[in-house]
Amino acid sequence: MSKFPHYFSIWDKASHYGLKWTAWAVLFFLMLPILVIIPLSFNVEPYFTFTDGMLRLDPDAYSLRWYKEIFSDDKWVLAIQNSFFIGIFAALLATVIGTVAAVGLSRPEMPFKRLITALLLSPMIVPLIIIAAGMFFFYTRFNLVGSYLGLIIAHATLGTPFVIITVTAALTGFDRSLYNAALSAGAAPLKAFWDIVVPLIRPGVISGGLFAFVTSFDEVVLVLFLAGPGQRTIPKQMFSGLREQINPTILAVATLLIVVSVAFLMTLEFLRRRAERIRSGQ
Amino acid sequence: MSSKSDSSFLQFKNVKKSYDQKTLVVKDFNLDVKKGEFVTLLGPSGSGKTTVLMMLAGFESITSGDITIQGESIKRTAPYRRNIGMVFQSYALFPHLTVSENLGYPLSVRKLDKSDIKAKVGNYLKLIELEAFGDRYPGQLSGGQRQRVALARALIYEPRLVLMDEPLGALDKKLREQMQFEISHLHHRLGFTVIYVTHDQTEALTMSSRIAVFNNGVVQQCAPPDDLYERPSNAFVAGFIGENNFISGNVSAHKKKTVSVAVPGGRKIVAQNADVGSGEKNCIISIRPEKIFIQPTAHAYDNEITAKFVARYYVGDFIRYNFRLADRTEITVKVLNDLAAPEFSEDEDAKLVWLTKDCFAFRKERQ
Repeated sequence: MSKFPHYFSIWDKASHYGLKWTAWAVLFFLMLPILVIIPLSFNVEPYFTFTDGMLRLDPDAYSLRWYKEIFSDDKWVLAIQNSFFIGIFAALLATVIGTVAAVGLSRPEMPFKRLITALLLSPMIVPLIIIAAGMFFFYTRFNLVGSYLGLIIAHATLGTPFVIITVTAALTGFDRSLYNAALSAGAAPLKAFWDIVVPLIRPGVISGGLFAFVTSFDEVVLVLFLAGPGQRTIPKQMFSGLREQINPTILAVATLLIVVSVAFLMTLEFLRRRAERIRSGQ
Repeated sequence: MSSKSDSSFLQFKNVKKSYDQKTLVVKDFNLDVKKGEFVTLLGPSGSGKTTVLMMLAGFESITSGDITIQGESIKRTAPYRRNIGMVFQSYALFPHLTVSENLGYPLSVRKLDKSDIKAKVGNYLKLIELEAFGDRYPGQLSGGQRQRVALARALIYEPRLVLMDEPLGALDKKLREQMQFEISHLHHRLGFTVIYVTHDQTEALTMSSRIAVFNNGVVQQCAPPDDLYERPSNAFVAGFIGENNFISGNVSAHKKKTVSVAVPGGRKIVAQNADVGSGEKNCIISIRPEKIFIQPTAHAYDNEITAKFVARYYVGDFIRYNFRLADRTEITVKVLNDLAAPEFSEDEDAKLVWLTKDCFAFRKERQ
């Protein structure tokens, strides 16, 4: 009983455990629908339920059937390629625009700072369906509907606010005298920016870029409006797959997406820790 | 160029600075600095001293007036082309580069050979006695070590001028004194020209060849440390530099260089005239605590007043006495800690004496 302070009454202890178990219950509630997908994706039968064999942990009840199916189906392969292609280029575009914007907005002499920030962040707030409809009508004028370029620009628009937020956060911890020190050491402004500012805000830039990638990767509304049959992405394929052929292929894709997301989260956490290390100087 | 610009290396001519186009932060700043001089800009915070430094470094624009180095205006030169070294209060070491890379950065920007850079970085690491620390990151160094690296980085490319913006402000007292010594030592050894900004007067007095005392954007006095301390030119300088006693009195007679002043609790006091105009009736007299002697004393004296004893504090190397004049003005006296330091009982009368050459009469500031 040494775990609790001596002044704890029975009620204090009860509420301690009550809080603890409630927290676990909430976590369980959030995670269960996601976790349950993973074993089901290895189901040998084309069902969305646990078979008797699966519950008995019979190895024959499990298979990689649905994973093979993904990679042998041209539609899925194209969707995966498209998702990565569009996601990567949209993320790159968003990273460049967002970083430059954040650097400009962090300068004290920048006029209309709040207004510009609000405008740049608006894609996060405005309902997606409205952005999608607006873009659809706008893009038809430039023949961008049904093109890769159109989707890349559209997804970059959605990703830019994330980059602005993460880079702005990285810049608030940035000591401006470092930049001045580089100038007085003889570096021209662009060189000083590249040598000193960029390496120090890099974790913010990369995590913003990853957010932008993930945003594009699981975005479906804009794709529904703007993509032609050639640009179908993973979420779009899942969306139509749900209606056309109900089988655990979707669960296999979902499992892969979970793995990708976890990988991204771990990368972000790694970057965050490294940034902290650099700042504290270890 | 004229003969004047030959003698002065760095010149400020009527420099003014305003951030809002209404109030001047720096009002008409003039200063000539010779090559190799160590000039300190000293003043309370908000007095405009850092602004002067920032204009010189090029991080702030000059509202009006001009700054010249070797006769040439630097107004239209970008900060990175001014060839001025700068040591920042926060050190501003690049945290993602090692100590060696930090020192090498100004050289690599100047596109020196890799081998030259390596040799020079080695020399400077030796100079600051951090040879074993070249591969460490700034975060792994102590405050004093970081300060030395920052100093070496500002010197390594042999700039024509080195600026220091309160470089020792973040260090503790002992380290600060040690670094003062090291900076002066490097200055004597390498002979660079320094403009140093601080609000710490001890630092200014021990390191500088000349000190410019700032207040409200105006230079109150610019003189070598001993002049500043021994012969302050106005009441602000007298009060800002070191400890001082101020006694207000009425001018009774003007002589060539001295004035006679009637003060509470004394007869007439004769003081050196600093800036009292011939028509002025009121003035303030300043006298340093260590220049006052308590009777009986073997020291010669010209002036004598009577004051009531208030308190005696044992400080260690000296003993501090507080006295009170008839008008409740507090007078502090410092006496060396030896057998001559007398004891008093409360409210006992004491006779305080000093020389005319040690006390100054100033114009009364209109508050």
